[in-house]
Amino acid sequence: MENVLFYLFAALTVGSALAVVFHKNTVNAAVCLLLSLLGVAGIFALLDALLLSALLILVYAGAVVALFLFIVMLINPKVEPKKPYKKISIVAGLIGAALLGLGVCSFVTRSQFSTAPAAELFHAGLKDYGAMLFTTYLLPVQVVGFLLLIAMLGVIVLSKKFEGQEDVK
Amino acid sequence: MNIGLNEYLILSALLFAVGFLGVLVRKNTLVIYMCLELMLVASTIALVAFSRFNGTLDGNVFVFFILTVAAAEVAVGLAIIVALFRKRGTVQVEELNALKN
Repeated sequence: MENVLFYLFAALTVGSALAVVFHKNTVNAAVCLLLSLLGVAGIFALLDALLLSALLILVYAGAVVALFLFIVMLINPKVEPKKPYKKISIVAGLIGAALLGLGVCSFVTRSQFSTAPAAELFHAGLKDYGAMLFTTYLLPVQVVGFLLLIAMLGVIVLSKKFEGQEDVK
Repeated sequence: MNIGLNEYLILSALLFAVGFLGVLVRKNTLVIYMCLELMLVASTIALVAFSRFNGTLDGNVFVFFILTVAAAEVAVGLAIIVALFRKRGTVQVEELNALKN
């Protein structure tokens, strides 16, 4: 059962990712990105990370893909003027991506990771996350909060129009 | 055959390679950005898998932080793309050649 689910989610993830890469329409690409992220959320659920699975759907489907769709509808021209990719670049890209994928795969298959079944006792409840976030990882939490503040300020500065200032041509 | 750590890592590598292909091949900045997100998510699969098969929670907490940073990154990146579109009127990569010559 678990195997079937794994292959189902893996096929959904990689297939939709390929659709993101090769779809001409940007809106459809964003929707395919959403599908791919749903597959990743399923993979997380199979790995017993239920909180992360829910968070991935909330953050990515709720915020990121919605933002992407919003921006696409705001600025994208109806039809892309030319072909979305050149033939020479697709050959080069395929070779590069295949080299990268094969390299990482060979690293995985030739390494000596223990293939023992996962530890039986694995607590991944909200309580355990909270305990870790507020003890071991307290400083990173603060840093991430500060990062979010900086990002918010940066977005405001970037999207504000400043009066009387010369645009950089 | 049971699904072990290797299958998850290979899935992660595959997804990363697909995202990389998109970044190399596409010419629309928005799609390139989506493929960057795919690469980020692919790396989190490897982290969660290692964490699960190691029996600790640290990898999961790290993914938690990655999700936060990804959200901030998307907001800033899309703001930059919108500012670029305002100034240049296009998001196609080959037309953004202000640094040429």
